[in-house]
Amino acid sequence: MPSEHWTHPEPGDGPAAVAAQPSPEQVIAGLRATSEGGAELTQLLTPEGERVSSPQFDRYVDDIDAEALKGLYRDMVLVRRADREANAMQRQGQLGIWVPLLGQEAAQIGSGRALQKRDMAFPSYREHGVAYARGVDLKEVLGIFRCTDHSGWDYKEHGFHPYTIVIGNQVLNAAGYAMGQKFEGKVGDDDSEATICYFGDGATSQGDVHEGFVWAAVYDAPLVFFCQNNQWAISEPTERQSRLPLYQRARGYGFPGIRVDGNDVLACLAVSRWALEECRHGNGPVLIEAFTYRMDAHTTTDDPTRYRLSDELEEWKLKDPIERVRAYLARGGGADQAFFDQVQADSDAFAAELREYCFNMPEPPPERIFSNVYAESTPMLDAQREEFLSYLDGFVGAGEH
Amino acid sequence: MADLQKLTIGKAINLGLRRAMESDPKVLIMGEDVGKLGGVFRITDGLQKDFGEQRVLDTPLAESGIIGTAVGLAVRGFRPVCEIQFEGFIFPGFDQIVSQVAKLHYRTQGKIKMPIVIRVPFGGGIGAVEHHSESPESLFAHVPGLKVVSVSNAVDAYWGIQQAIKADDPILFFEPKKLYHSGALKAEIDVDGTPDQLFESRVVREGTTATVVAYGPSVKVALDAAAAAEDEGKSLEVIDLRTLSPLDLEPVFESVRKTGRLIALSEAPSESSLTSEIAARVQQECFYSLEAPVLRVTGFDTPYPPAKLEEHYLPDLDRVLHTVDRSLAW
Ligand SMILES: Cc1ncc(C[n+]2csc(CCOP(=O)(O)OP(=O)(O)O)c2C)c(N)n1
Repeated sequence: MPSEHWTHPEPGDGPAAVAAQPSPEQVIAGLRATSEGGAELTQLLTPEGERVSSPQFDRYVDDIDAEALKGLYRDMVLVRRADREANAMQRQGQLGIWVPLLGQEAAQIGSGRALQKRDMAFPSYREHGVAYARGVDLKEVLGIFRCTDHSGWDYKEHGFHPYTIVIGNQVLNAAGYAMGQKFEGKVGDDDSEATICYFGDGATSQGDVHEGFVWAAVYDAPLVFFCQNNQWAISEPTERQSRLPLYQRARGYGFPGIRVDGNDVLACLAVSRWALEECRHGNGPVLIEAFTYRMDAHTTTDDPTRYRLSDELEEWKLKDPIERVRAYLARGGGADQAFFDQVQADSDAFAAELREYCFNMPEPPPERIFSNVYAESTPMLDAQREEFLSYLDGFVGAGEH
Repeated sequence: MADLQKLTIGKAINLGLRRAMESDPKVLIMGEDVGKLGGVFRITDGLQKDFGEQRVLDTPLAESGIIGTAVGLAVRGFRPVCEIQFEGFIFPGFDQIVSQVAKLHYRTQGKIKMPIVIRVPFGGGIGAVEHHSESPESLFAHVPGLKVVSVSNAVDAYWGIQQAIKADDPILFFEPKKLYHSGALKAEIDVDGTPDQLFESRVVREGTTATVVAYGPSVKVALDAAAAAEDEGKSLEVIDLRTLSPLDLEPVFESVRKTGRLIALSEAPSESSLTSEIAARVQQECFYSLEAPVLRVTGFDTPYPPAKLEEHYLPDLDRVLHTVDRSLAW
């Protein structure tokens, strides 16, 4: 497998090593090498639903018995169902746009459930599953996509920062937050705090992300960089962003990087717990590359048929993050049909509730345009607001006659 | 025989880019998703297929990278045309634009030219989430060394993009994204004809009661307002600025000397903006001709609101007419 032999020549490796540089085809194969084992990819549950053991990571999921695994399964099913419902609502004109997470449930639930209440998460814009894991009501996420609001939830209460749409911006913000945790002495033992920051494979090309790596490294910030490598940045494949498997970049900044099967919720949970523990103990940042796949369009305005082959999608469907847990639970007797039926029913109810809420979401009043521009408003803005509101009143009056 | 083609603004830019690439092998297109996808708005559709991956570059996802490498390519003799996906994402590249693109010619006393075009879809009204509806053009017009244009129709789009690519100065090319695919704005273009001067504004509707000056997507609003005003017996003169830096205000001065009133229209916030500049210069040049102060119809001095509120935020026909009435009441 190219992935296992993929090594980057180092200075001093000599001409032979340099001559052995991989061809472009090998590079792509290495970047895209998937779960079929290999030292590079941490996996605890295979696509067929077989539990494989890992000497390093098993202990991080010792507590995940059948009950707990059923909980993770339920989380993923609910989140997927909500995602599909929102996608459908966009198609019906109820949402302006939707950013699907289909296929990324394990990466988001696994990492999200690894966090403690006191931790902080910095999402980009696709982290609906992490939001759910942080206790954010997904109804509060819908407002962004119905375009009634820029952000809904209370970031402090949930330890979940507002969504960030400008690619990469949040990585530096997260580095700063984690530096603050460090400066306040909140690292050093098991009860310490940590931060996790989410971004895509495309984002790794942005200066902000590189700078985030540098800052977190030199200040030993307790920050887990969680890259969901879903293979595509809109139409651009991973190989348009890197020649090196992304997790290997960490080495250049001086902290550990690891690639985990992003469709394996157990492995994502284990690796994230390990990385957070590293951070809590003051060992500085960790990069996790969750190797996954976006099984839907980039957003509802995107058209992947222009750039993506359907074969690829079909191949990834076989690695579905939910199906493998289901197979494992069913086979091992951890769950019976009644359980699966119940989860299905719960998810339908969850979706119906979202739909109901979405259809009845109140429209913001016009004065909202002017509120919270500043902590302390300015006379000019106040005057602009008054003038506009009385202009609008003029129409109301006209309409009444 | 003239080759007449009926094109939308989007298709006109696409054909203009194609023409520019055919006539000069040094012209490159670079940006996110501009290749196979044809850009998120399909403005570069088909170009990579015909010109190859070395002339239409799907770049890594980084705006500072796109603009910064365009600088180096320009130094090497290429003529890069950079696409910024949405105006709200130009800021990671802002440093390269203001520090290098705008200043290298000056710093090297003219030895290095910067024939770079940066295409920026801008403006609101498409019901989008944050960062997809803004009007940051004044920020660039404020920077010496950059030229800034904005098109409002397909004819200017077709010629403007070709002229911008031919120019040796760096040009920010603002495109009204809401109107890209508007069938109503399709225009018959003589694609082999001769273009107007790029850096001139133009009277697009004559009138006598008051002047409305606008650019980009607001030109349509101004023209719609003028049509509505006519029903009320008011005759509005409408000027399409077309060039935002350098500002060509002669036609505006001339018009104001005739009508005595000016309304400056733009989607951008008003404070310290292009409309501020227009107001200052017009009062300086036309002080004795003005019957009323220059009034402005703009977005508010707030961040762009959630899109459910954009119908209030964006200047519309009613706000223009209301402002015309305020001017007339003076
Ligand atoms: C600075 C910036 N440039 C461009 C965009 C437009 N854009 C939105 S998402 C996206 C692709 C992102 O890909 P990736 O980082 O891999 O994340 P994914 O969406 O695949 O999760 C682009 C180009 C943006 N939001 N911000």
